[in-house]
Amino acid sequence: METTVVKKYTFKDFASNQEVRWCPGCDDYVILRSMQKALPEMGVKKEDVVFISGIGCSSRFPYYMDTYGMHSIHGRAPAIASGVKLANPDLSVWVITGDGDSMAIGGNHFIHVLRRNINLNIILFNNEIYGLTKGQFSPTSLVGQKTKSSPYGNTQPPFQPGELAIGARARFFARIGGNTPKEMTQMFIDAETFNGTSLIEVLQNCVIFNDGCFSQYTDKNIREDKQLFVEHGKPMIFGKNRDKGLVLNGLKIEVVTIGENGIMEADILLHNAKEEDPTLHQMLVRLEYPLVTGIIRRFDDVTLEEREDALTKEVKSNSKFTKTDDLFFSGEIYEVK
Amino acid sequence: MMANKITDNKKLQHEILDAVVIRFVGDSGDGMQLTGSQFSDTSAMFGNDVATFPNYPSEIRAPQGSLYGVSGFQVHIGSIEISTPGDDVDLLVAMNPAGLKTNIYSVKPGHTIIVDIDSFTKKNLEKAKYETNPLKDGSLENYRVIEVSMSSLTKAALKDIENLDNKSIIRSKNMFALGIVYWMYDRSPEHTIDFFKKKFASKPHLIESNTKVLNAGYYYAETLELIPNAYSISPAKMKSGTYRIISGNTATAWGFLAAAEKSGLELFLGSYPITPATDILHELVKHKHFGVKAFQAEDEIAGVTSAIGASFAGDLAITTTSGPGLALKGEALGLAMMVELPLVVVNVQRGGPSTGLPTKTEQSDLMQAMYGRNGESPVIVLAASTPSNCFNYAYQAAKLALEHMTPVILLTDGYIANGSEPWKIKRVAEMPEIKNNKVTKVTENWHPYDRNEETLARNWAVPGTFGLEHRIGGLEKDRITGDVSHVPENHEFMTNIRAEKIERVQNYIPGLTTEFADSGDLLVVGWGGTYGSLHSAVKQLNSEGYNKIGYAHFNYINPLPKNTEDVLSKFKKIVVCELNNGQFVNILRMHFNINGLLQYNKVQGLPFGNNELITEFKKLVE
Ligand SMILES: Cc1ncc(C[n+]2csc(CCOP(=O)(O)OP(=O)(O)O)c2C)c(N)n1
Ligand code: SF4
Ligand SMILES: [Mg+2]
Repeated sequence: METTVVKKYTFKDFASNQEVRWCPGCDDYVILRSMQKALPEMGVKKEDVVFISGIGCSSRFPYYMDTYGMHSIHGRAPAIASGVKLANPDLSVWVITGDGDSMAIGGNHFIHVLRRNINLNIILFNNEIYGLTKGQFSPTSLVGQKTKSSPYGNTQPPFQPGELAIGARARFFARIGGNTPKEMTQMFIDAETFNGTSLIEVLQNCVIFNDGCFSQYTDKNIREDKQLFVEHGKPMIFGKNRDKGLVLNGLKIEVVTIGENGIMEADILLHNAKEEDPTLHQMLVRLEYPLVTGIIRRFDDVTLEEREDALTKEVKSNSKFTKTDDLFFSGEIYEVK
Repeated sequence: MMANKITDNKKLQHEILDAVVIRFVGDSGDGMQLTGSQFSDTSAMFGNDVATFPNYPSEIRAPQGSLYGVSGFQVHIGSIEISTPGDDVDLLVAMNPAGLKTNIYSVKPGHTIIVDIDSFTKKNLEKAKYETNPLKDGSLENYRVIEVSMSSLTKAALKDIENLDNKSIIRSKNMFALGIVYWMYDRSPEHTIDFFKKKFASKPHLIESNTKVLNAGYYYAETLELIPNAYSISPAKMKSGTYRIISGNTATAWGFLAAAEKSGLELFLGSYPITPATDILHELVKHKHFGVKAFQAEDEIAGVTSAIGASFAGDLAITTTSGPGLALKGEALGLAMMVELPLVVVNVQRGGPSTGLPTKTEQSDLMQAMYGRNGESPVIVLAASTPSNCFNYAYQAAKLALEHMTPVILLTDGYIANGSEPWKIKRVAEMPEIKNNKVTKVTENWHPYDRNEETLARNWAVPGTFGLEHRIGGLEKDRITGDVSHVPENHEFMTNIRAEKIERVQNYIPGLTTEFADSGDLLVVGWGGTYGSLHSAVKQLNSEGYNKIGYAHFNYINPLPKNTEDVLSKFKKIVVCELNNGQFVNILRMHFNINGLLQYNKVQGLPFGNNELITEFKKLVE
């Protein structure tokens, strides 16, 4: 008999026997460890967990997880994962992708998986560079960024992943610094709990080809001043002294200081991640000071599997066909004696 | 209400024919597809062998009366074996000048053309780019032209029916034409009247009007002195059983339904619309009642990769496309062969390269199917050869994919995909068993690349199975553990074992057979959708006394049947006939050192014509 009680796992249960091959100091290690710690907290059976990745440094991830996994081809993980999930909706399906993998070669699948809202989780390792191919600019590299393929500076303006994703109707979008494992772990758990496609953008430092690309936001000693970690239902306050906050001024978000110009804590905007209208979420995603992290958008909606399932049940209950023979012998048939 | 029964009081002496080819042509809105398919269904039920082929304009709403807006439907019926929709036609029914203009080339001299003269107006003649009226200028002297005022006779037949708008009246004139043709070929309109009753169950006035017009056409022909004789085509000798008329695309879709049921797996289709493959998608989306998961993806790459995902998760996974789509799927197919998962790719070939001739037929994707991937990446390649046997080969493709854990490419083409013919309906119980390589329990020393000793298929451990967690991927894998391996010897070993796995499929497929002669002067060789044309040409030559010409048809391209060389070596000359520039002949040349391997090729987007084949084969033996 199959047991329905989920075994109590520890993070070690999710570590495969493969030697991890990322460069020492790469944030990918943090993500891996956070995932291994998050999975035992999710209440899912290990055999039900599937990691699908594309190609890139980040996409080596599934080899290090002792779950089901497929390291596939460049950019296609969202489509493969969609097939896995549609084939067996009981699985916990995770897409592992890089900024090039998801937004260059795989841009099409990336926007469509978000649009459809299939219940799977996407971890986007954004290091604003192509790591595996040794340092070319990516669709998130900044204008002017010098890389192997832009020695005089990048001339192509970047995507903001959250902006693209919400534009593609993402229901769940979160952003997290690559050096905050505790929050990241919790975010992975939240993503799994969310019924729909969840996208988590990890600001992932690549120590070799783009070192320090996010340090202006993520360095330990400044991050409280530069980052606003939003939580649903709470005022959007940040800063070491918890004295800065966001207000709406007309159609713009403004940073104010609590206690100055008569501003009080009660004036600060409350974060509503569950709002269907994405306008404010888009503004938060685009903000450069402070950089907004946390779950920016978490809007509950019907998933593709739920729609399919309901439709299948309806068609089945109205159909006169149960076996293919019923179909083959229906309609215009005739006998030859 | 008038009685629907037809009374045959004035029965003529019928001229008996073996077979006849009829083409109905008219404007896209004239209902030619319905007219043609009604005629073929009625004939099939009467017991004739039939083959049909539709010809739609590629524009969705072409201007009325224009040359490129002509829609046609060809029907070949016979008391003898019918294996193609036919080349030249015995009867052309042209509902307008444009239809006549674009199809007159196909009418055999001396044969019959029926036209609706009401549509031969100055405006319509201009639209069809006729400078003078062909009915009057003598240009049709070599044909027997029957002029019928179909539009006005239809109107007259319907004058007593209330609530009928002018559009519905004009629309039903195709039934007048059908009535005439039914009478000419001694067919009862009953089947079509039954069809109206079902189709218009909720609109009784349309049952009445269509029935009236159909009967009016029938009686008109009966009393008309312009039609000098009627014909009759006796029932064909066909195996007894229950039949239906089926197109290649429907048969393909149904083959997969049967395979899913037989194997006990759920069917997953990932697909992106492309002519002429889309009808397989259209068919499979209907069958949610069988649990079919049909996923219209954002492109062909997502079509195949979603199928790979579904296959990983344990479904019978397929993807359907045509040439340009197969090109897009190439990289993913390499992944599927590398991770050794079951997958079927259907490529309904059309005229290439690039966008080519989307609505025309060709066999020019064979090399793409064989080699269109990076690295050493053999897959199984099959080709269906008639509309109805698309069912068998779709089924077989699924069976081989599941039993051998490999992608299978099934080639069909626009000609057999859109053509239709009688299919002796198969019950799932009659179909061969389908095994699969799933493992459901963890065992000591289990590895993802453990193989079946006979087939070399690796095992299929699907997510959700306790204890069998493992990773697969496009990177080369260690031969046993499945871990990433860059070891040179291992790569060579894996390359060879993947190739051998495909080679061993030879042990599970039927040998090559010949028809008409198994040794002699000339072996005609074909593959895929040209079966009908080649078979009937060789058959005709045989009946003319050329009994040293044999015919061999390939449905298994990779691997080739084991006895291929034996069969080929028994003939002095071999001519490989293909609708491309010589792709299969070159595969044969690569495999076998056979002298006198000749080729006959055609790349016009058209099937082989009977006459060209007869001429060519005679030349080769004289
Ligand atoms: C079809 C194809 N094109 C190109 C490549 C080469 N390639 C591999 S990874 C990669 C970029 C990866 O960048 P990103 O997705 O940002 O991942 P990272 O290595 O930074 O984690 C490229 C261009 C490939 N593997 N396949
Ligand atoms: S190249 Fe950069 S992203 Fe890749 S493993 Fe090294 S540090 Fe990490
Ligand atoms: Mg990157």
